Amino acid sequence: MAQVETPKPSAVRTRPATPHSSPAMSAGEHMTGAQALIRALELAGATDVFGLPGGAILPAYDPLMDSTQLRHILVRHEQGAGHAAQGYAHATGRPGVCIATSGPGATNLVTPIADANMDSIPMVAITGQVGAAFIGTDAFQEADIVGITQPITKHNMLVTDPDEIPRAVAEAFYIATHGRPGPVLVDVTKSAMQQMTTFRWPTRIDLPGFNAGTKPHAKTVTEAARLLATSRRPVLYVGGGVIRSGASAGLRKLADLSGAAVVTTLMARGALPDSHPQHLGMPGMHGTVAAVAALQKADLVVALGARFDDRVTGTLDTFAPNAVIVHADIDPAEIGKNRVADVPIVGDLKDVFADLVPALAEEQRKHGKPDLEAWWKQLDEWRTTYALGYAPTEDGLGSPQYVIQRLGELNDPDSTIYTAGVGQHQMWAAQFIKYEHPNTWINSGGLGTMGFSVPAAMGAQVGAPDKTVWAIDGDGCFQMTNQELVTCALNEIPIKVAIINNSSLGMVRQWQTLFYNQRYSNTDLHTGHGTKRIPDFVKLADAMGCVGLRCESDADVDATIKRANEINDQPVVVDFTVSKDSMVWPMVAVGTSNDEIQYAKGIAPKWDREE
Amino acid sequence: MPKHTLSVLVENKPGVLARVAGLFSRRAFNIHSLAVGPTEHPEVSRITVVVDVEAHPLEQVTKQLNKLVHVLKIVELDRERSVQRELLLVKVRADARQRGDVLQVVDLFRAHVVDVSTESLVVEAVGTPEKLDALLAALTPYDVREIVQSGTVAIGRGARSITERTLDRVSA
Repeated sequence: MAQVETPKPSAVRTRPATPHSSPAMSAGEHMTGAQALIRALELAGATDVFGLPGGAILPAYDPLMDSTQLRHILVRHEQGAGHAAQGYAHATGRPGVCIATSGPGATNLVTPIADANMDSIPMVAITGQVGAAFIGTDAFQEADIVGITQPITKHNMLVTDPDEIPRAVAEAFYIATHGRPGPVLVDVTKSAMQQMTTFRWPTRIDLPGFNAGTKPHAKTVTEAARLLATSRRPVLYVGGGVIRSGASAGLRKLADLSGAAVVTTLMARGALPDSHPQHLGMPGMHGTVAAVAALQKADLVVALGARFDDRVTGTLDTFAPNAVIVHADIDPAEIGKNRVADVPIVGDLKDVFADLVPALAEEQRKHGKPDLEAWWKQLDEWRTTYALGYAPTEDGLGSPQYVIQRLGELNDPDSTIYTAGVGQHQMWAAQFIKYEHPNTWINSGGLGTMGFSVPAAMGAQVGAPDKTVWAIDGDGCFQMTNQELVTCALNEIPIKVAIINNSSLGMVRQWQTLFYNQRYSNTDLHTGHGTKRIPDFVKLADAMGCVGLRCESDADVDATIKRANEINDQPVVVDFTVSKDSMVWPMVAVGTSNDEIQYAKGIAPKWDREE
Repeated sequence: MPKHTLSVLVENKPGVLARVAGLFSRRAFNIHSLAVGPTEHPEVSRITVVVDVEAHPLEQVTKQLNKLVHVLKIVELDRERSVQRELLLVKVRADARQRGDVLQVVDLFRAHVVDVSTESLVVEAVGTPEKLDALLAALTPYDVREIVQSGTVAIGRGARSITERTLDRVSA
């Protein structure tokens, strides 16, 4: 833990990243701090960076121009750079990098940094800072970005000495990618970039206070295995940690061997294929009845890289009331934070599965395979009776769920990545698209950042150029960050955007329908069917160098998706105008117990009262 | 709510105190007192935090503190198994008429007078919060003009050192 080898380019899991921009440069060479910064990014393994220059970061943009290893994508707003770095990291598993100047450039990164912090995304943000002599004087474009981002970064640092730049960058990449991943910000003063330094890449990372992770404790693993071998109603509650760990193969083995029911949270969609017979779908506020009910009635819940978020648990004291809790996570602070863990396991999920699967096999030899027949009979009944579905619209307009379902069916799950913004479209995309692989579903879970979809799709497409990337977005979200379509068009990043256009801030409107007496305060966006269509998304797409398509009825959905899929040399924006009255079901209302889940408006499942 | 005393060993880096203090406020924990100072190692500082918190949230705050990159070690110092002290300076009005009575109180509490003027005395006292409260109560009848008090500093009793092994990990 104390002293480890420096992440060499290969060690940070990147493409072959021999820095070949300037082969003459070697350790010990004299150069400017700005050159040292670019060189350090290359040595850390970065290949793609998203950013936008400005005064304080200008020195770095000069040597950046000469780098052949670093592809810099010039965004139109720094928030786009941040979300793109997130999408890139999410799609590739490698840290995303974004660059901004001081002051407003840096503060525009605040939302993506907070988002990456909530969703444990490895990201390195480089910001320029005013010259060291100006710090604290309210200088032009000065903002204390280290102070501002302290609560929302895994770590951050201000660098005023050019000699410290390589170490700061090396540490940033190391911290961002080790242990529970997260965002690290490196704020470099303009003066440090302008001064001369002798470049020295650290030979080791020396962070005595940093915990890069521990191995799971054998005793608790054995106890978890014993519980899995002997419980009658087990559920694996799978969170985003499984995706971050790259532990899907291990999860699959555990699911197969244990026979337990599996639920995957919003952050974990794709961790286990949706086609797996034990997969009950997503739990939580808009989860499937089967997934929610399984947790409520379980006698054993094995939480794997999940954090008992309020959107999953409903009222915490009524969540999974009869279950013994096994909680495995790389971050010890998550264990026992919301729900007391009976069996805590601290460790990387990959290691947890590597130990837990053989331990379970051993316990099953002792106890025999558990008899889960009654449990599965019950689960199958819930799955069949309360299958995901939706009612036809009453206004004759298209169904948003149908559009999203067809997107999932007409695209190959092996070669398609989906991103989403936040709101109804996000929930439907989590519900109605069937994910077969990890890292094919990218969304903003913890922070719930509207506008995430388009820039995240851009980043995902840069990281995975051979995949088809569909950004599923709402008309509200789309209007927050669509400027990055310009970036996509100019840089040949051919993402596809499906605007699920219900002409309103749909999720807020749904709550107004359900909880505020249909008083639609400030949720009408005038973008849909029969409105002034401001903006007209098709024209907007055209103006931004994209192909704009419109689809106004269920009958045209398939043809439109096919048309969009045929265009691969340009970004495509499809304006799917749909009904504004469609709602996301099932739903557990805020402040209520998961037991009170409604399958559809006014319809609550009937529980077996014998328990 | 019960008070807990935490000794937090941190690397001497810019902003580390703000990080630690910020974490308490962000997670809605009430800091009763906080003291920071150097240790026997030039690269390491020691923060003593007294926090009003129940046992379960305390565990959570400790875990969150442990995640800060510059935090090296956190130890809760049990009241019975540690020495805990605060420093109090109090300015008391004490003209010739009152001075004798005030000095009697000072002696009684084994405090010291560290400044004298014709009108006032400055009394210095070191002790547990309870002792200092008692001293203040005894001085109150004599017109206390000004009070300043340090945060608690604390050290475990016995031969064991909480810093030894931690400091080895930090290069000088």
